[in-house]
Amino acid sequence: MAFINFLKPKNQLEEGGRTSAPLQRDEGEPEKKCPNCHKDIPLSRLWANDLVCACGYHFRMKARQRIKMLTDREGFHELYSEMKSGNPLNFPGYRDKAETVRAASGEEEAVICGTARIGKQSCCLFVMEPYFMMGSMGSAVGEKITSLFEYATEHRLPIIGYTVSGGARMQEGLLSLMQMAKTSAAVKRHSDAGLLYIAVLTDPTTGGVTASFAMEADIILAEPGAMVGFAGARVIEQTTRKALPAGFQKSEFVLEHGFVDSIVSRPDQRKMLAELLKMHNGR
Amino acid sequence: MSGAAYDRVKLARDSKRPTGLDYIRNIFKGFTEFHGDRRFGDDPAIVGGIARLNGSPVTVIAIEKGHTAKERSRRNFGAPHPEGYRKALRLMKQAEKFGRPVVCFIDTSGAYCGVGAEERGQGQAIAENLMEMSTLCVPILSILIGEGGSGGALALGVADRVWMLQNAVYSVISPEGCASILWKDASKAEAAAASLKLTAEDAKSLGVVERILSENEIGKREFYDRIRMLLAEELSALSGDLDLIGKRYERFRRIGNAGADGLL
Repeated sequence: MAFINFLKPKNQLEEGGRTSAPLQRDEGEPEKKCPNCHKDIPLSRLWANDLVCACGYHFRMKARQRIKMLTDREGFHELYSEMKSGNPLNFPGYRDKAETVRAASGEEEAVICGTARIGKQSCCLFVMEPYFMMGSMGSAVGEKITSLFEYATEHRLPIIGYTVSGGARMQEGLLSLMQMAKTSAAVKRHSDAGLLYIAVLTDPTTGGVTASFAMEADIILAEPGAMVGFAGARVIEQTTRKALPAGFQKSEFVLEHGFVDSIVSRPDQRKMLAELLKMHNGR
Repeated sequence: MSGAAYDRVKLARDSKRPTGLDYIRNIFKGFTEFHGDRRFGDDPAIVGGIARLNGSPVTVIAIEKGHTAKERSRRNFGAPHPEGYRKALRLMKQAEKFGRPVVCFIDTSGAYCGVGAEERGQGQAIAENLMEMSTLCVPILSILIGEGGSGGALALGVADRVWMLQNAVYSVISPEGCASILWKDASKAEAAAASLKLTAEDAKSLGVVERILSENEIGKREFYDRIRMLLAEELSALSGDLDLIGKRYERFRRIGNAGADGLL
């Protein structure tokens, strides 16, 4: 049995990618269509491969699933779970929208923070939540991330941060905007203390998050095919009235232009992060 | 009521308002402009250099929109490229080296949204300014003179004091953009402007700016004289502060703090 496991391709969907024959599956098992290769993939297969299709397409992933994927068993301890945004500007409709999203996502806010162990290496970890208002940054997101950087500075720990965000949360107006300055100042203090910060940019990382802590890491990694940019592609097209270049704002494009260190597919991330943490001696 | 905020937006965008260079030329003496980011190019949307304020050297940086159609086009309507932010940072680092304070004038609808700007790291340029300004060892004072459009404005706004003209606006998104995203209807910009709390009074009550500057006699000598006096006073007070960076950190740290119930 162990021998068979040894021979199993690393990417368990590989066989499915090579053949035009339908994948073997139980009758009636739910499937998901890959928007890239258009094949139907049984969910169990997808789950076994960290939500990555055999063609390499990375499906969106919930923050808690990522944390489970990345951290050692019993290796994550959440911090600041009680912090959530109210409606500081009394913005019309915001409270209801936030409550609906809370009920649907099971999360209080658009980022989860905590201390973690990855491959036996201690660190702080934050993971933004795409299913909570597309990871938009309001006061609570800014406060949680700032607090985590302060915690890491105080305890002399490295930080790993997974970003996904549509940008600043406009329902909190200027208070959201100021979180860009607040988080950046906390990143700077952590950096000046000689500590390591690794950002992993996932699809999509845009706006005020790109223009603050996503681009401030010592090492910036990105998932394949992730959209990474400041302004949205539609806004740029409207502003410039020109067609956008092929692959514009994909992580591969951003790497080519010198703003990302490396593109790492999801099944390789845990090992790579553990190794990078190790090479920095836990700083 | 809801129209009042949008009226401010229109006033803030008025092309007849004094622009960054008007402030520099009328408040300071002997302005020498320094060009270029030493990386890629020179962005005409941001001007910077050194000048004297009541005799003392100061680094001045301004987002410039221009007045005439030709000038506005040359200045890209005050929408900076990454090179503009990198030039600003270079001049701030220069100010730090030579121990002179930095004064920034902010007036932009936002950082430019274009292919070149993205290719050359608009987000990274803004992020670096936010990070580096938070620990710059000399006083920074920023004044919003017209539009304060989101991250493109904040990139010159991580300061010890932030002041705002009475009819300037400061916002995370334009009212039109907000209305079209939230309500799929850009014509609801008036309502969005009111909800975004973007006026000078709003910004002051949210703790984002310290002082609102009256627009009496705007563009006249008395107007600039008044600002010069206030600037000189404030910069001399800040220059004596031994915990400048610590207080600057706290200034932004306290915005959006959790209450006892965990609500922010």
